[in-house]
Amino acid sequence: MTTTNPDLQLNHRPGHIKHDGHNLTGFIIFLCSESIIFLAFFSGFALLKITAPEWLPEGVEGLETRLPLINTVVLVSSSFVAYFAERYLHKENLWGFRALWLLTMAMGTYFVYGQYVEWSELPFSLSSGVFGGTFYLLTGFHGLHVITGILLMSLMLYRSFLPNNYAKGEMGVTAVSLFWHFVDVIWIILYILIYVWQRTT
Amino acid sequence: MTSTNYDPRVLKALHPVPGAPDNWKRFFTFNTDAKVIGIQYIALALFFLLVGGLLAMVMRGELITPPADLVDPTVYNGLYTMHGTVMLFLFLFPILNGFNNLLIPTMIGAPDMAFPKVNAAAFWIVPVFGVVLLASFFVPGGPASAGWWSYPPVSIQNPLGHFINGEFLWILAVALSGVSSIMGAVNFVTTIIRMRAPGMGFFRMPVFVWTAWAAQTLQLIGLPALTGGAIMLLFDLSFGTSFFRPEGGGDPVLYQHFFWFYSHPAVYVMVLPVFGIFSELITVYSRKPLFGYKFVALASFVITFLGLIVWVHHMFYSGTPQWMRNIFIVTTMLIAVPTGVKVFAWLGTLWGGKIRLTTPMLFVLGGLVNFILGGITGIMLGTAPVDIHVGNTYFVVAHFHYVIFNTIGFGIFAGIYHWFPKFTGRMYYEGLGKVHFLLTFIGATLNWLPLHWAGLYGMPRRVASYDPEFAIWNVVASIGAFMVGVAAIPFILNIVSSWARGAKAPPNPWNAIGLEWLLPSPPPAENFEDDVPTVISAPYGYGLGQPLVEDEEYYVRRALEA
Ligand code: HEM
Ligand SMILES: [Cu+2]
Repeated sequence: MTTTNPDLQLNHRPGHIKHDGHNLTGFIIFLCSESIIFLAFFSGFALLKITAPEWLPEGVEGLETRLPLINTVVLVSSSFVAYFAERYLHKENLWGFRALWLLTMAMGTYFVYGQYVEWSELPFSLSSGVFGGTFYLLTGFHGLHVITGILLMSLMLYRSFLPNNYAKGEMGVTAVSLFWHFVDVIWIILYILIYVWQRTT
Repeated sequence: MTSTNYDPRVLKALHPVPGAPDNWKRFFTFNTDAKVIGIQYIALALFFLLVGGLLAMVMRGELITPPADLVDPTVYNGLYTMHGTVMLFLFLFPILNGFNNLLIPTMIGAPDMAFPKVNAAAFWIVPVFGVVLLASFFVPGGPASAGWWSYPPVSIQNPLGHFINGEFLWILAVALSGVSSIMGAVNFVTTIIRMRAPGMGFFRMPVFVWTAWAAQTLQLIGLPALTGGAIMLLFDLSFGTSFFRPEGGGDPVLYQHFFWFYSHPAVYVMVLPVFGIFSELITVYSRKPLFGYKFVALASFVITFLGLIVWVHHMFYSGTPQWMRNIFIVTTMLIAVPTGVKVFAWLGTLWGGKIRLTTPMLFVLGGLVNFILGGITGIMLGTAPVDIHVGNTYFVVAHFHYVIFNTIGFGIFAGIYHWFPKFTGRMYYEGLGKVHFLLTFIGATLNWLPLHWAGLYGMPRRVASYDPEFAIWNVVASIGAFMVGVAAIPFILNIVSSWARGAKAPPNPWNAIGLEWLLPSPPPAENFEDDVPTVISAPYGYGLGQPLVEDEEYYVRRALEA
């Protein structure tokens, strides 16, 4: 150790690398990757819908669209609510954030409930040909994401009550609301593919 | 002046840090140090290489005579399925993630991965799905037997009707492997983007980091598609859906699209890091800068992009329409361009260099020769008119083993030898290494070169018995395979004995240029910690006489003193 040339040490500027604070980057990369699963399901769905010799199973005329439409409106508006919740957080209005955040969660929960009601009234099942299979696969997989989103939101809500935790805003909230917008956009595509695009043969 | 004035780390390094080589128990714990995880990955993967290799030895034993006498055809189906799956999902991907863990942080100067806990969790999923996969040997009906690609309708037959069957466990294992790989990929990419040393712009990154980044990008884009397909396959197998069942309006070819949309890129996930290893090693051992560094770096992402649009070349004989074939023939030919750029860059680097034929360099040169052969047969197979004739014959088996074992496998061995001193702190035995190389090279050539002819004459793959006219090729191939099997002995002997009692390794035994070589061997837990060098020149400045980092001498001494 004594051999080290003192001149080298005096002029030395040690460099630094940030250890943490990369969560948002990581999460965005993850979301991009996650979107590919949906892309795979969507393209598979479209291909099957176009090419399947028979689409609707026997006794099924098509899908009821009123309830899903209400659901869509609720889910899409919840994205805006989440956005304003985040704005409150940036303005350090914690209670405003909590209130709107809770509202977002409530709207998400309503969506899941609506989905449940719709599922329980449908005259076909998972094994009713490709029509039934793809319907439950797509809506179910999306529903799982909605539920995940709600769970993540409750975690963030809980964390907002820990002392000083949100003093300077919270990256986790940004990530979760990003996730929520993602789940929303997926639903819009899904709604168009499944409900708006009708194939009646 | 004492060292404490400027460097508390030197003092710290005198105490046994968590990175101390003799503390072996930490390899069996949930350790979050990337270097520990890297070694965990590599050791586990080598274990599974033995498992997969053992299955291969049984297959080659069976194939040494034309009739199915050693094992019966049903068992043989299980053998090649499990061999392929083990080799890909439990040997290759994990071992490359091991390299990523060891090399990415040290090469870019980062203290660790961006998400150390996620990193450790990703590792520990591997033994779990390894057990799940191997357990399928013991369920009624035996392991999955539909080949490693698991095509329906074969894969969704469930003749015994058990819910938990070989195919079910296979899908579960592949899904878990996907989860682990995605966790790894998010980590590696974030680390590369966010945690580089000061001054290390993208065009100052070592090529290995470029290739790892390109490869992990492919994982992120491709794997979800496979996961999607696997979920649908599982539903078809176990929950009565008919996504891929024509009886219910489904389409078995759709599965092939999902599968190959990932599994063609998967080939590049595996080969890109090996291109990185080639680039690192060829420069060190011929002491010249990498010829066309920027092109080699960028070619990685050209490969990523093109790799995503060639998948149908695996489906030329699956009833694909001619227009689709035409498109994918063209894209497949195109991918030869960035690959060729790399090959010529390596040759240009070797040209006129002071070549040192150490064990790692021998493996690189052997791998390079094999890759040229595997690349040529790849171009042949990418041409639909050829592929339709030789698809599903031993020509394909010979082609992909030339790439997957004779190139990727060789590159991995080269990498293990080259970085062994760095991460274990011990020198390996050169003599044993050369024996390992010779046996492997001769064995692998005897094994797969003749099989090209067997395939061209029409010997189908995935069969336990074959026409006696193919016997001669198969006898030679089996002898070669057994040599490759025997080559494991000097390799294991070398690794184990040199780790236990090899000579202590200096920080930079090969006189290499790179941040990892400015660290002590083995590097301490947090690498450079908060004293990261500032990079001031492009990598591979061999013979140019310019330092890589500011105060290079300081870092060199610090590593020596540690
Ligand atoms: C000692 C070295 C090896 C030997 C002797 C060997 C031998 C074989 C044999 C006999 C087959 C069956 C071919 C068929 O019936 O179609 C096979 C298939 C395969 N091997 Fe290897 N192999 C070796 C190493 C590897 C490695 C290192 C990998 C990958 C990392 C690999 C990946 C595969 C794959 C993916 C298949 C296709 C399985 C399938 O048909 O579904 N092999 N190998
Ligand atoms: Cu391919």
